[in-house]
Amino acid sequence: MQQGLEDQVALYQKRIPIFTRSVKGAFRRFKTSVLVLAYAIYFLLPWLPWSRLDAPSQALLFDLPGRRFLIFGLTVYPQDVIWLALLLFIAAILLFFVTGLVGRAFCGYFCFQTLWTDFFIWIEHRIQGERPARVRLYRQSWDREKILKLGATHAAWLLVSFWTGMTFVAYFAYAPELVVDFFTGQAAAAAYITVAILTFSTYAAAGLMREQICTYVCPYGRFQSVMYEPETLAVHYDARRGEGIQGRAVVRAGRGIALERRKSAQPGEPQAERRRMVLTQSERALTERRAQGIGDCVDCGLCVQVCPVGIDIRDGLQYKCISCGLCIDACNTIMDSFGFPRDLIRYDSEKNLASTQPGRPALHWKRLKIVGYGAALILMSGYLAYSVATRGSFDRAVTQIRQPLYVVLSNGDIRNRYQVRITNKAGQDQRYRISATGIPPHALDLGNFSEITIKPGHSGLVQASVRLTPDEAQTIQGFELIITPQGRPEEARTEFVRFDRPGAKP
Amino acid sequence: MSDQKLQSQTVQTTGHAWDGDLQEYNNPLPTWWVYTFYATVVFAIVYWTIYPSWPFGKGWIGGVTNVTYVNSEGETKTHSWNTRALLLADLNEAAAAQKPYFDKVASMSYEQVAKDPEMNGFILSAGKALFADNCAPCHQAGGQGVVGFFPNLTDDDWLYGGSFDKIHETLMQGRRGYMPAFSEVLAADQIDQLANYVASKAGIAHDAGKARAGDALFHSETAACFYCHGGDAKGRQDIGAPNLTDKVWLWADVPAAQGDEAKVAAIRNVISGGLNKGVMPAWAGRLSPEQIKVLTVYVHELGGGL
Repeated sequence: MQQGLEDQVALYQKRIPIFTRSVKGAFRRFKTSVLVLAYAIYFLLPWLPWSRLDAPSQALLFDLPGRRFLIFGLTVYPQDVIWLALLLFIAAILLFFVTGLVGRAFCGYFCFQTLWTDFFIWIEHRIQGERPARVRLYRQSWDREKILKLGATHAAWLLVSFWTGMTFVAYFAYAPELVVDFFTGQAAAAAYITVAILTFSTYAAAGLMREQICTYVCPYGRFQSVMYEPETLAVHYDARRGEGIQGRAVVRAGRGIALERRKSAQPGEPQAERRRMVLTQSERALTERRAQGIGDCVDCGLCVQVCPVGIDIRDGLQYKCISCGLCIDACNTIMDSFGFPRDLIRYDSEKNLASTQPGRPALHWKRLKIVGYGAALILMSGYLAYSVATRGSFDRAVTQIRQPLYVVLSNGDIRNRYQVRITNKAGQDQRYRISATGIPPHALDLGNFSEITIKPGHSGLVQASVRLTPDEAQTIQGFELIITPQGRPEEARTEFVRFDRPGAKP
Repeated sequence: MSDQKLQSQTVQTTGHAWDGDLQEYNNPLPTWWVYTFYATVVFAIVYWTIYPSWPFGKGWIGGVTNVTYVNSEGETKTHSWNTRALLLADLNEAAAAQKPYFDKVASMSYEQVAKDPEMNGFILSAGKALFADNCAPCHQAGGQGVVGFFPNLTDDDWLYGGSFDKIHETLMQGRRGYMPAFSEVLAADQIDQLANYVASKAGIAHDAGKARAGDALFHSETAACFYCHGGDAKGRQDIGAPNLTDKVWLWADVPAAQGDEAKVAAIRNVISGGLNKGVMPAWAGRLSPEQIKVLTVYVHELGGGL
């Protein structure tokens, strides 16, 4: 058949609203703990004081005008950009490592899109009620109740979004002053623009777009999918157990335990006795179902109702799944209430599920990829820690002046000139001495500055010139400049520089 | 995905048929595109009111935003938004930021400026910028000059003296180097003798006989070289006559000449042709006294501070 323009499907799909049901369980508890911890760190950190002599007393301050990052006791200068590169590398490798082991754990528990969406859903739940109430409200016409409740929800979202942006900006200026300046109209334009952009994007991403960000916008979710291996643990529905031969089926008299349960719910019956009865009834019900070839899934649909991305996990692993584990919690709740075995939906590997004798789900880390990522992770983290721990108290850059490369002096001597830039990264004034090896004594001329005192966070420039006789210049191709901080000879650094002469090939 | 319909089921034709059966689909623009277009229209109207946009008469409609700047006469001007005024405002701001340093330079002696680490850092950066703007066209970016045209400022040979005061004088008043063309008063063999004599003083291979004759000529009233270059040929800084006995050459490109004969020939050419191009303009009045002071210290440091 001829394929033409008119055969194409539309590329745009309107968002299908998702109303998630709240659920209790181990994964919900873990997600909530991560959320509380992450929010506590993000929202409180800019307010943590940290006493400093020459800078604002804020524990974490990205001082852009001062060209430095103040991170607790550490001051990071632009020259330390390698640390940022290492940090980004470590973050990427950590993501690959974790994804290879337990799938999209980052997406499900730690990603800020997930955290903020989760929090926004919690607000929605607080104001509008549980899922059925929210669905009803959605279908309702625009009356007083709907306007009030929706208005309150959006207002709360906007407030949280605004404070999210405000907190972000507080990392870049002294927070107590900034907040006062912000509300009195004194803050920098950049602060207002940043807060406006972040307010809007947080509101849009966590309030309006939600799972669309994960599905359509985020590249990480997509490329994490290609890191899955058959051994990777992921949220899976045990289809063999759930579907049986005849497929899943709701609980009905003669097939399930609903009737018995209703009978058993006699008032005044002792708790333990009741539980025992339910158990035996459950066992009977399970045997009955299995005899009829029906799977363990009671098709209650709760796993779909709690899903924040609106998928049915029973359709198998799919790209939209952020592996947040809420469907595990939902299914376990139902299984518990029926007295059926837990973990119909669970963390398991594709390989284990496909095997004829599935064992207990286990972490399989003995794989080339995982070990490789792990090794890279340890290596790079170690290097970063080593680099931070052993960094010198100063930076230096020695550049030969190249216009001209050399000068012939009146008596025929040859002079080369160098510019030495020393940046004091220590917390106090420091005196530095400059000397040289590999050239005759007195060949090095530092003008007025054989020693220079530099303030903390500042740079000092020294012009050095080296004068050699033509004979010496024939043999000396280069030499070493030594910069020694006074009182700390162990931190002395040497820098090899070349010496140019007429007629020499560069 | 089930509610996504095939386009062919929804698209209508324009209703006209050509050649009996040729019809055209009527595909309206996508809604998002149309609204984006409306948004650009709104943006344009907002933009027109804020920024200058439309020509009007002999000028233009200025928009509601203004830029305030101080012009070169020191008057504060307010103009409708334009990048030139923004640049002037920026320059004004930068000059204000530099002012404390220039004031400090003005209040200190040359030696104090050179020995103060902070001021020295300012000299190295501000001096470099001033040098690049005003001096580099002749003396080159690093002050290395051009042989045969402009003196090298990075060596230790100063035509007019290398002290702070002398460099300042040179900058303020300018200099004019001049040497007559001796081909008009001397014979070719006499010029050759003088060239050999100069080569002998500078330690270049030469004809000893010619050099002896040149020695006599150099100190005679006929050629009268000694009046300017001195009896010992070491030059006179008060009139800018160069030292002929050192290894630094400005006018005759001796270091680049290949072979002894070529080196002597290069000297001979200068003697015979003379010089009338050693001109440095006076900078007093073109640069402010502070700027000249900064340049003085900078150039002094270029030469190694000797």
